[in-house]
Amino acid sequence: MRTTLGRVRGLGTVQKGTGHFWLQRLTAVANIPLFIFFIFFLVSNIGASHAEITAAFANPLVAALFALMALSGLVHMRIGMQVIIEDYVHSEGPKIVLLMLNIFFAVAMGALLLFSILKLGFGG
Amino acid sequence: MVELTLPKNSKITKGKTWPKPEGTKNLREFKVYRWSPDDGANPRLDTFYVDLDDCGPMVLDALLWIKNKVDATLTLRRSCREGICGSCAMNIDGTNTLACTKGMDDIDGAVKIYPLPHMPVVKDLVPDLSLFYAQHRYIEPWLKTVSPEPAKEWRQSHEDRAKLDGLYECILCACCSTACPSYWWNGERYLGPAALLQAYRWIADSRDETRGERLDGLEDPFRLYRCHTIMNCTQTCPKGLNPAKAIAEIKQLMVERQM
Repeated sequence: MRTTLGRVRGLGTVQKGTGHFWLQRLTAVANIPLFIFFIFFLVSNIGASHAEITAAFANPLVAALFALMALSGLVHMRIGMQVIIEDYVHSEGPKIVLLMLNIFFAVAMGALLLFSILKLGFGG
Repeated sequence: MVELTLPKNSKITKGKTWPKPEGTKNLREFKVYRWSPDDGANPRLDTFYVDLDDCGPMVLDALLWIKNKVDATLTLRRSCREGICGSCAMNIDGTNTLACTKGMDDIDGAVKIYPLPHMPVVKDLVPDLSLFYAQHRYIEPWLKTVSPEPAKEWRQSHEDRAKLDGLYECILCACCSTACPSYWWNGERYLGPAALLQAYRWIADSRDETRGERLDGLEDPFRLYRCHTIMNCTQTCPKGLNPAKAIAEIKQLMVERQM
């Protein structure tokens, strides 16, 4: 039994949220040129050999743009997924597990992508 | 988890078809949600036929005609019958609006009427809005100042007063909040478009001296940031207001004060 105002006041405001809101928009804007570059790179390298791709990644600009795209895209994805989980999953246990998995997935993907980009960039 | 289907005891069954009034052919079919806490039965959709020659043009006129002439137990809120009290907000023809300002002519086919969505039902078309009102109370909808009281009134320029246009007209009918999927899923923690529009009405008021505290009270992933600009609120507002824009203005101020 709580009063309705007690329910609304709940556990208080956490003084957070704007950081996420800003980061989501920042990465959205960053993703536009980065993904245009990504699609352009993909299309212009259709049928290219492994050696040609390695040569392209040896260019620091290409490798850096790929790394930034991976980071910006993954941060954007992680925040978006977190919002979806918070929207739809209300049981505390599953929610915490899913939020953790979301972070693990984004970090693991980031590690894989960055390592792959570095490997290609250094001639792998 | 979010419930995508109605719980068993909320499933709507086929209701009673009430007899057509005699001696007229100018009839309009109404399908009205009925539920009573007293009989333990599931909600049902009753069919009524309204004699348009004997009834005013608005949906509220028809509901009152039904209540007066067919079934006196039909339960609904109404007061001003001119769109200023917000009592008769309900879901008509799939959209939340005020029964008193919604013309029957604007609707094709049978007029389907349900209570405001996703709220506990008290009876028939009467939803329990106590949480909604508490959310309004939470944003402290009154002028808050620190400076000593002036001898007369707190002064405001014409330009600053104009900034409240499109905000002060809100009648708290709850059409917007109960049209918002985010409010359906997280109504306990998300304040909803109506309360946030009211919050911005006081943040935007040049006479108020507690804008920072007001923003602090909203700085939360759930209270404010569950708004995903779905825009149902703006689309459904029977007063033509734009709660989505007011929420965007709050978010902009939140960013502005951190930059």
